[in-house]
Amino acid sequence: MGYKIDEYLRQDKLPHIWCPGCGHGTIMGNLIRGIDKANLDPDKTVVVSGIGCSGRASGYMNFDTLHTTHGRAIAFATGIKLANPKLNVIVITGDGDGAAIGGNHLIHGARRNIDLTVVLMNNHIYGMTSGQFSPMTPTGDNATTTPYGNIDQNFDLAGLTKASGASFIARGTAYNTRQLIEIFAEGLLHTGFSFIEAISQCPVNYGRRNGLSSAVDMLKCQRDSSVNIRKWDSLSEEEKKGKFPTGVLYKEDKREYTEMYQEIIDSVQEEAK
Amino acid sequence: MRDRIKLLQGDEAVVEGAIAAGAKFFAGYPITPASEIAEGLAERLPIYGGKFIQMEDELASMACVIGASLSGLKSITATSGPGFSLKQENLGLGMMIEIPCVVVNVQRVGPSTGLPTSPSQGDVMQAKWGTHGDHPVIALAPSSVKETFELTITAFNFAERFRTPVILLLDEIVGHMREKVVLPNEEDIEIWNRKKPEVGPEDFNPYQETDGLVPPMPNYGEGYRYHTTGLFHDKTGFPRGTNEDAKNLMDRLMAKIESNMDIISLYEEDIRDDDEIIVLAYGSTMRSAINAISQARKAGIKAGWIKLKTIWPFPADYIKEVGKRAKAIIIPELNRGQIIKEVRENIFGNAEVHGINKYDGTLIKPEEILNMIQEVK
Repeated sequence: MGYKIDEYLRQDKLPHIWCPGCGHGTIMGNLIRGIDKANLDPDKTVVVSGIGCSGRASGYMNFDTLHTTHGRAIAFATGIKLANPKLNVIVITGDGDGAAIGGNHLIHGARRNIDLTVVLMNNHIYGMTSGQFSPMTPTGDNATTTPYGNIDQNFDLAGLTKASGASFIARGTAYNTRQLIEIFAEGLLHTGFSFIEAISQCPVNYGRRNGLSSAVDMLKCQRDSSVNIRKWDSLSEEEKKGKFPTGVLYKEDKREYTEMYQEIIDSVQEEAK
Repeated sequence: MRDRIKLLQGDEAVVEGAIAAGAKFFAGYPITPASEIAEGLAERLPIYGGKFIQMEDELASMACVIGASLSGLKSITATSGPGFSLKQENLGLGMMIEIPCVVVNVQRVGPSTGLPTSPSQGDVMQAKWGTHGDHPVIALAPSSVKETFELTITAFNFAERFRTPVILLLDEIVGHMREKVVLPNEEDIEIWNRKKPEVGPEDFNPYQETDGLVPPMPNYGEGYRYHTTGLFHDKTGFPRGTNEDAKNLMDRLMAKIESNMDIISLYEEDIRDDDEIIVLAYGSTMRSAINAISQARKAGIKAGWIKLKTIWPFPADYIKEVGKRAKAIIIPELNRGQIIKEVRENIFGNAEVHGINKYDGTLIKPEEILNMIQEVK
């Protein structure tokens, strides 16, 4: 099907600043297709981003858009949403922005189950600042700040947000655009905290230091390591090694924060009558 | 009338002032000695259809308040020193992207955890310079519970009128002291609301000032679909990265405050024509200053006082005039001398400048000020 992507993009702000081969443009394009598929009212949709390569996405998207401080996008989005629950509020963050400096806001946003859609573009590195390791840089890999190899362990972001209380958790890749569009549309329509990890590629600041010098190599790697969640459970532990599941990993009907707060207002005002 | 007479502590007066000013949103984090503000607004806001949220930390609280203001609600947060430190980065964003909101700091003794339940005026310079880079600041400091109520409303009005975060600097004495306050009738309270755009989305530039230097501000969701960033930006709201844009924006941000000093700069004085010794104070310290002056006058000493209600921007021109005719200016402060530096910078006459400084968690007594007056007379 055709998507109306042009009207959701600020054409005069393109081309974007991302490097050749970067997956962020693909993911942003798929998010816009997801918005179109979910049929969100663009006048009632707000996109909030933090700092880093992912942070620049908000400027290209034709909605009310807010480019905030490093790691805090979910906290700003919480204020926007609670103040006006009729708005569709989307957060775009990265693995440094969302899982390191903004990790506290990620887990507490999930805990509240406030109706935000959080898209975490995971390129496994700090790209904007030229390749320092992030909480998602695989152990043993190379980055500018791990000259002797990375000894840090990664987060399991899906497990982290599930334990924190998120009611929609999904993962997709820049490689599998069709699946990613479906995930975005479903996450946007879900009422509650939706966390979507979108695996991106950074050939310039991650790939070339780790034996994957081209974007094509990195996309092939995404293809070969991702397994649809529908097939995941049938794999043996041996077969799961080095692979990760994609698709909607978890979904639950659960009470949403702004709806619960409105109930407080209604009951307090009823009492005051 | 009777239901408008209240016995309130300063923190509670912030709650009453915020409600009277039309506040509809609070985000905060528990901290002594400011928690009573959060507790009060948690109870009161939903009655008026407003929202309260306790965030995971102080940074998130500041961010949340800015987000709520972008959605169109008058918003406030409250904290004390350690939390005020944590709020600084997002406070800077609020100044940069011109977001109306009120940030209360009930000062306690710092640095670090310091003396959490003791009064201080140690964050005066932090209010001015806490966030990085040059930036415009409005900071107000009440000296009584009644003034706290009034200046909370003023803080919201300045925030809305000049499209900027406004800092309300209480100290622990003012925050926790109880006094009788007669709350005014609703119709007697002057309320300012942010200017909304008069043009449609096609002709709208979010950072183009119309009349005056303050750009109109639509709410999110009203169809303007505009961009806002902490990067230096031009009138369209988008970063272009030019040096000219950076200078133009910084100059306008400063000018919108500096060119409105006649509105923003609030102070009171009791100086008779032949008074030679002036005590300049603010916040709780003012109370001892007025008492000391009254005793000094009874003893025949020619002395008067100045009360700063607006600390930032500092009333430099006014102090220059005072400095020309005063023999001595005494500045009692609950810190090692912060406002005194601003005063010294603006004295070009022969006036001596003396500080009385306490930073051990105790307050400055009237006798201590009276002793200094007698020494310098």
